[in-house]
Amino acid sequence: MKPAPISEDDLHAWADGRLEATRRAEVEAWLAEHPQEAAALAAWRQQNARLHATFDPVLAEAVPARLRAAVAGERWRPPRAAAALGWLALGAVLGAMWNAPGWNAPGGARHADDHAQPADALIGLPRRAAIAHAVYAPEQRHPVEVGADNEQHLVAWLSKRLGTPLRVPELGALGYHLMGGRLLAAEAGPGAQFMYDNAAGERLTLYVSAARSGDTAASLPSFRFAEEEGISVFYWAENGFAYALSARQPRAALLPVADAVYRQLAP
Amino acid sequence: MPSTDALLAEIPRLRRYARALTGDATRADDLVQDTLERALNKWRLWRPGNLRNWLLTTMHHVFINQLATENRLQYRDAAELPETPVAPTQGDGLALRDLGRALQALPADQREILLLVGLEDLSYEEAARIVGIPPGTVMSRLSRARGRLRGLLAEGEALPAHLKIVK
Repeated sequence: MKPAPISEDDLHAWADGRLEATRRAEVEAWLAEHPQEAAALAAWRQQNARLHATFDPVLAEAVPARLRAAVAGERWRPPRAAAALGWLALGAVLGAMWNAPGWNAPGGARHADDHAQPADALIGLPRRAAIAHAVYAPEQRHPVEVGADNEQHLVAWLSKRLGTPLRVPELGALGYHLMGGRLLAAEAGPGAQFMYDNAAGERLTLYVSAARSGDTAASLPSFRFAEEEGISVFYWAENGFAYALSARQPRAALLPVADAVYRQLAP
Repeated sequence: MPSTDALLAEIPRLRRYARALTGDATRADDLVQDTLERALNKWRLWRPGNLRNWLLTTMHHVFINQLATENRLQYRDAAELPETPVAPTQGDGLALRDLGRALQALPADQREILLLVGLEDLSYEEAARIVGIPPGTVMSRLSRARGRLRGLLAEGEALPAHLKIVK
């Protein structure tokens, strides 16, 4: 039986390895008599091979934190899955923070959570820092309010709002560079968030706020660690200010960065 | 709804495709991020099945929306456009890294099909469903893309941009 005429679709299917054996043999017999077309097909096959050679290395790259965060984003979409509960709890904390009497009367000694352990000046801090990280770190267009190219202004502005001279840690030795910072509403007034990223696009944030009113002498010179919904947070306090370093990274990866930040901020 | 782990597992493939499609690492990851966010917003439209192809379909929509917004490129079948001659390349040919540049010289609709078939190894039917065109249009775009890319990549001597292939 005479084979069906060879169509251009057959040629593409041959180049893509999508022909079954019989048809493939027929196409190859035809190609043996049509060297010009055979050269074109060899070029097409080489295009496919080059595409893989050029772009397959992307498969081995670490997935940027912002893409992992985008996938995790399902958790704070409208409550549908049980997974949303964790973020609802965070939202409740945030809401309580905004509604707390301490916020409305910053000088007052009364707190909504008077029952909390008075010794722990930093209760709630890792959650607040993790919320601020979760909200701003995935941001593409406006991750910071003032960029690192305007660092002097950034530091002067946030220092003025927080009422203390702020220092911005230099983390270049660890591969992280300052992107910039923003003003935040922290529990007892203004807070600041500085954001850094590395060459892989992984972001970390340093949260700084005054410790709660009534706790101005708060000091917690050693690190504490917390994990909030996949965000690692190292936090500590010194001279009435609370600090928290957050990233969507394992504890061990963030520890050396936290150590560097702590050393640089120590008086 | 697809599990977080299942979505995470698709990210490397999406990044590879987006890198080739946009020719820029940052734009590619922006495209992947927008795709994931849109997919999560529209997850009710997802029917358990091929998660990768659903994400690629979503990425196609995001991509053409971006092209329209940025007004960077006309997204339409090049059959409607006059053929532009392909300049012969200089020197001893384009290195592998220049494949990315050559891809960007292709019309976006042809580039998509070439990559879905040649890089993502999808069948012509799958590519047709993802882009929302008839299979016959996939074949014509593929043919134009391969002919044009061959011209762009041709080393030294100017090869004919189109090889006449008998139907």
